[in-house]
Amino acid sequence: MKRILQDYGPLLILVVPLIVAVALLDQFGSSILNRNATEALIRLVFAVGLYIFVGNSGLMSFGHMAFAAIAAYAAAWQTCCAMLKPITMSGLPDILRENTFPLLPAAMTSVALAGIVALLSGLILMRLSGLGASISTLALLFILNVVYSNWESVTMGTSTIVGLPIYVTLWVALGCAVLVMTVAYVFQRSSWGLMLRATREDEVAAASVGISLYWMRLAAFTLSGMVAGLGGVLMAHFMGTVSITSFFLNLTFLVLAMLVVGGMRSLAGAVVGVAVISLIINVFRTAEAGISLGPIQFALPAGTQELILAALMLLILIFRKDGIMAGREIEWPRRRSTAVASSAAKTMELDNRA
Amino acid sequence: MMNFVQVMIDALALGSLYALVALAIGLVFGVMRLVNFAQADYITLGAYSLVVPTASITPPLLFGALSPALMILAVIGMVTMLALMTERIAFRPLRRSDPATLLISSFAVSYFLQSLLTLVHGGRPKAVNIGGALTQPVEFAGIRIPGVQLLTLTVAMTLLVALVLFLKKTPIGIQLRAAAEDFQMARLLGVPANRVIAIAFAISGILAGTISLLFVIQTGLLSIGMGITPVVYAFFATVIGGMGSLGGAVLGGMVVGVASALLQTYLPADLRAFRDAGVFGLVILILLVRPQGLIVTGAAKERV
Repeated sequence: MKRILQDYGPLLILVVPLIVAVALLDQFGSSILNRNATEALIRLVFAVGLYIFVGNSGLMSFGHMAFAAIAAYAAAWQTCCAMLKPITMSGLPDILRENTFPLLPAAMTSVALAGIVALLSGLILMRLSGLGASISTLALLFILNVVYSNWESVTMGTSTIVGLPIYVTLWVALGCAVLVMTVAYVFQRSSWGLMLRATREDEVAAASVGISLYWMRLAAFTLSGMVAGLGGVLMAHFMGTVSITSFFLNLTFLVLAMLVVGGMRSLAGAVVGVAVISLIINVFRTAEAGISLGPIQFALPAGTQELILAALMLLILIFRKDGIMAGREIEWPRRRSTAVASSAAKTMELDNRA
Repeated sequence: MMNFVQVMIDALALGSLYALVALAIGLVFGVMRLVNFAQADYITLGAYSLVVPTASITPPLLFGALSPALMILAVIGMVTMLALMTERIAFRPLRRSDPATLLISSFAVSYFLQSLLTLVHGGRPKAVNIGGALTQPVEFAGIRIPGVQLLTLTVAMTLLVALVLFLKKTPIGIQLRAAAEDFQMARLLGVPANRVIAIAFAISGILAGTISLLFVIQTGLLSIGMGITPVVYAFFATVIGGMGSLGGAVLGGMVVGVASALLQTYLPADLRAFRDAGVFGLVILILLVRPQGLIVTGAAKERV
């Protein structure tokens, strides 16, 4: 029991307060607050998805929203608007066009499709040197955006697909967030995760002890692509709509900002980043809509929120490069005598210090 | 045959334009390992400086109202100042960071400038008309060439030659190339770091200013995202050219520009919308064959 607490402490410390917070919100929060929190949890899925690759490999990816879009559209094809589909998306294969699929299998196949695309593109991208790979992920995002924006008969181009069943409530979002956090945590402690983290710290040294940069990066890229896909599915079934424009640079920037602010080298960092940025977004969204302080009414001009986010991100990069959490997990408090407990935990600490 | 010549001129004009952007990005990358996203916003800001900030879609002219020579000077001067400012405020404190951090910070700078522009000018695209006379087609030996293409080609080629001469012949240019090759070594041999980096940014600003003018003359449109496409093209140009190689950047720019123009002409009409995807796919294919890029330099691989 103690062992489990120590091994999974950093995860539990993140998950338990999250569940408590959601339970309280569900009881006492207003419906707007409830909605904002659900959105924040979906962002958490995106952030953790990107973290699985970026945090462990040290490479950047601008392409993950492509996987989110792929999964979101796949979900729309399977579950959306049985009546309109044959007309608006006439290019779909018969089986998709004529049928509507149950929600859970649809979500799973969508996520799997995102994973397959991530695997295939990763096969090419992960061959490149670190920086080359980071930039080429951008090519991925642009390719997908161009294709989906123009493939009218299947994606309805840049118009929005409306009428997906809405089932993502606060609790569904929470369940998925907890699931992906667990996946991320288990992965980063697995031998593959540790090997990948070794390549992050020193490519040459890691390669010299027989770690394959290529396969480790590819594994993480595929896994994180799937998680990003799950985020896309959640977003689709939360909004009830899918549009390619919502999976482009703005969302990429937002997810990246969350990782930078929290610290992209630890799971705790991703969670803290999402919390901080979501708070800022909601405060400024209200302010842009207009607040009244006594007799004075004022509204911030649209765009203030983005400006503040970008400035915050820059300040963090300049003054606290590793983000708020500085690459640390929140460790389970323990007595000195048991501090030597698990060697895995020690490796992690060493790893974090480097 | 005539048609083919026209297409080739088109392709060369676009190629040399992308080569210029890629060179700007390559220069800055060479001296400080920074892949500068904000290059896109230097271009956008240069274009927007032509008009007075209003919410109108056909705004009154600001710099655009000046005489052509003054306008060019004002726009290029402003963009150069902006480039130097971003270097001083955002990138200098980060100089010792790893390339991934620098990449993210330039993404943040870019987003900052974009939101600032949205705040000041509003988010809607605008129309602006400068250099209208230049868009007239020119008849030359039986071929009709749009004047803008000719202008772009001339300006880009002139700038490329001027830059090559600057880099090869002047002491500062040689220092710059040395720094791009091996920054540490260059510093040890007495190349002043701050000055070289500032000059690289100034050049990238001058190039961005020029490109913004060419763009506006060509399209007559202003939009917040107008700089993104050329800069993303230029990114891929530097990657396929070989990161850290200036010659590679120019070569890569030519490759993506020419590929883009050729696809635009020769793709069947219903596939033409997918042109960009085709070019970017080509980028990935080239990388598959040559992961280090076409011209490999010492900068491509991290030293142990």
